This record gives sequence, C-alpha cells and structure tokens, in this order.
Amino acid sequence: MITVHNISKSYGTLQALHDISFEVKEGEIFGIIGPDGAGKTSLFRILTTLLTPDQGHASVAGLDVVKDYKKLRQIVGYMPGRFSLYQDLTVEENLDFFASVFGTSIREHYDLIAPIYRQIEPFNKRRAGALSGGMKQKLALCCALIHKPEVLFLDEPGTGVDPVSRKEFWEMLADLKRQGLTMLVSTPYMDEAELCDRVALIQKGKIMSIDTPQGIMSAFKNPLLAARSDNMYQLIKDLRTMDGVADCYAFGEFAHVKMNKDGTGIQASEEAVRHFLQEKQHHNIEVKPAAATVEDCFIELMKN
Amino acid sequence: MATVIQTDRLTRTFGAFTAVDAITFDVQTGEIFGFLGANGAGKTTALKMLTGLLSPSAGSATVAGFDVWKHPDQVKKRIGYMSQKFSLYEDLTVRENIRLYGGIYGLKMADIKSKTQVLLQKLELEAEAGKLVGSLPLGWKQKLAFSVALLHEPRIVFLDEPTSGVDPLTRRQFWELIYEAAAQGVTLMITTHYMDEAEYCDRVSIMVDGRIEALDTPRALKQQYGTDNMDEVFRRLAR
Repeated sequence: MITVHNISKSYGTLQALHDISFEVKEGEIFGIIGPDGAGKTSLFRILTTLLTPDQGHASVAGLDVVKDYKKLRQIVGYMPGRFSLYQDLTVEENLDFFASVFGTSIREHYDLIAPIYRQIEPFNKRRAGALSGGMKQKLALCCALIHKPEVLFLDEPGTGVDPVSRKEFWEMLADLKRQGLTMLVSTPYMDEAELCDRVALIQKGKIMSIDTPQGIMSAFKNPLLAARSDNMYQLIKDLRTMDGVADCYAFGEFAHVKMNKDGTGIQASEEAVRHFLQEKQHHNIEVKPAAATVEDCFIELMKN
Repeated sequence: MATVIQTDRLTRTFGAFTAVDAITFDVQTGEIFGFLGANGAGKTTALKMLTGLLSPSAGSATVAGFDVWKHPDQVKKRIGYMSQKFSLYEDLTVRENIRLYGGIYGLKMADIKSKTQVLLQKLELEAEAGKLVGSLPLGWKQKLAFSVALLHEPRIVFLDEPTSGVDPLTRRQFWELIYEAAAQGVTLMITTHYMDEAEYCDRVSIMVDGRIEALDTPRALKQQYGTDNMDEVFRRLAR
C-alpha cells in the first residue's frame, strides 16, 4: 500500500533522511519509531505530498507522491504532529470544513468516525482551542478520517499526551485497523512499537532495523538481567565496572544489565551480579533474568 | 532530612473552575519527587504557584523557606526551572546561553567563567561551545538546559517534561544527571509522561481533577494497587 524506495532529503547541510526504503502492506499498522530529530516528520511530509524528496521515489496506493500528488491527496488522511485545526472554529465547524474541502459531508462516512466522534459530540459547540489535549486529538483524528481515506498518516499522535489518553488513542487505531484501514504511525515512545504490526527504528535520518516487534526483540542476543537495590544510581555506576557486564542502564524499577556474549549461562551471570552487588555493600538486592524490550534494542542499535 | 517544599491546602481557581483543589504535601531535601497526572489534572497550575509565577487563591506553600505568596522573588532566586517547551535561546551559542543565565541569576563574571568550563567539560560539549544551541540535537540541548538550571546552585529544580521526545539513550544519561544532582543535595520535582521514569523517583504524587489522589514511593503504590508497574497504577487512578 505504501512503497518507499531510497528516499533522501536534505535541508542545506543537514541530511534529514538518508536512503530510506520500506513497504507497508494493506491493512497494516506500521510504526516509525525514533526520537525527535530522527526525520519522522520529513518522511511523513514527503509521503503526504507536502514535501518533495531530493532522491528516490515513493508511492501510496499505487500513486506516485510527486507525479500524482493531486489524486493522492484525495485518498490519504493526515494527522500532523502539531495540532493544526482551526482553534477559533467549533468542533462541528472544523469537521464541516474538512468534509467540504474533500467534497463530502459528516453524514456520508459517519460510520467510520462515529465511535470517536460520539466522545466529543457533547462539546460540539465548543471552540477547538478550548478543548483538552485528549479531545483535540480525537477531533483531529475525526477530521483526518472524514473523507474515508485509504491510508492514514499519524505523525506523533501521542506526544505530550498522558499515558491514559495515549492508551485510549491506540484502542481507536485498533478499531480502525479492524475496518481495513492502512496506517503509518510515528512515535518517540518505544513501548508503542509493540502495538504495531511492523516497525522501522529510525535515528538521524537512517533506518536501523525493520521487523515485527517480536523480530526486533529477538535480535537482542546478549544475556540480559534486571537488578535493583536501595541505591540505584550507585548500582548502575558499580555494575558498569564489573567484568562480564557489557552495559547497564536504568529501566523503570530495575536496571537492565547487558552481559557479554561469553557463554556464561544466565544463572551463573545472575549469581555473579548478585555476589558483586553484595561485595559493593548494596542492600535489598534483587537480580533476575529479563526479556529485552524494543527500547533495549534501540539503545543497542544506537550504540553500534 | 529537612522539608524544602511544603504546601497546606494550596488552591487555585479560575472563575468557577478549581484547577488545584486544596493540595497538601511536602518534599524533603535531596528527594526526587515525581509530580504526575493526566493532561488537565492541574500539574502546571500547581507548578506555577510553587515557582512563584501564579498566586494561590487559598491555602499556602513554602518553597526553600519562603512563602510563595508573600515572597515570590525570594523563591525564584532559590529555584531552577526547565521545561521541554522553553529552556535555552536557540540563536545564541552554548557559551552565550550559559553567560546569559549566569548573568540573570546574578553570578559574578569570574564565577560564570569557571562554571562554564566545568560544565562544558562535564557534558563533553567543549567542541560545541561556539555553536548555536539551535543546531544541537534535542538530547544535548536538554542536558545543557538542566545544567544551566543548576548554575546558580538552586536548592530545588523544577523539571516540566524534560525528556519528552528524547532518544532512549540520552533519556537515561539525563536521568543520571538528575541522580547526581540529588546525591549532592539538590531537590528535584519532575513531571513526565514516561511511566518508567516515575519508577526513578523516590516518591510520586498523582493528581486527578485538581487533587492529589495518591502519594507514596513507586513500590508502595504498586503494592497498594496490586500491580507490578506504574502504568497500571496511573491508569486506575486517572481513568
């Protein structure tokens, strides 16, 4: 449904995108995962025909992003990262406006937006600028869906949004997927990768890896432990000096301890780390095997 | 440990709307205190009162020994502040930003010079000192902004979503700077939407509709709600 071949884009001396290639299948939720400045927005702007690439080519639903830009705009929905609706128009006026731009009406494809729109309908007469963050997001999604697009582009829909609203938003995307919509979603939140069918990990304009979330996680080959004690800062500093430890960083309540691939079994490593922490006078020590997350993998890829 | 922030039924209303509803809590010296809540729960309004930018409608708060309502200027001298939205001037160089903030906080020129050197070395930014801040990667900017917020040796630093959008590696380096500051006795009050970061705090409070609905160590909160992660605690309270 989306094909990207060797896309590059520079702004002056800054190379925003470097030789990007990937494909998104029909009905997939494909995630572009990376921090601010990785090139996510440039990529989205190219695929929605708002920016032309310096090199390479891309197509969406068989339409070229440069040559067929007019037709393409009719069949894609785009929810930009920054809230881009009219703040002085009401919820209903915004929706009406976007519907009329696409030559349709709120009623025509009401089924698609209904589950989302019902949540903001009580605030129909409120100006968009006066909505809370979560409600703005829902309105923006409705506006992007009003013409029943074939492909939906969502650029960082979760940024600055609290975890509860983010979760609700992903539930809405899962509903849309059930209706067959293809979606490209970007996010700096690594935990959201697991909600996608496949993801591309992107950093400094380059794709580091493309796979299913499971595939990304299973590529992490080092033995991994989780460790904690009463003094986490000291624990991290101590473990970095330990023989056999490749890396150590904070990971929620525990620190993740990446061991060298030297054939030491996970149990032996666990014992060694526990013993080391006891010698370093740590209290309330807990050490256990851990499963690598997408974030562990991202850190490893960044360091390579 | 000494109490460095203390609030007593601190309240702020806007017309008929109560943004902060009689919150009472305290923060100890050297503590990393996570100030959590959904969008619109009242965190920003509370932070504005604690930093002397907004006066309370009722109740009181003492920050670094001064009443925020009676002596907001004394409070401002003793705190540092950084946020994701605004921290440094993008069209000034790294060195110029440090000098500007040093000057604003009334440091002597000689102090600014020596502190600049130490800071650049620590952040490994010596080669970048003459570059415009706008040209630095976000993660570097945030680390620099935090160090600049510490320049005048404040007793408390308020951090408003400092790591939003920062890559996972730099996010951790940022937290190590926070740990280090706390180990030196600086008190940190921080808001974040990353629930793994809530775990790095000594204690966290969770605001819902203007009130503090929960306040404890992450461990105790998880126990109380019978779950192994803060995400779930947050969801139960905020939904």
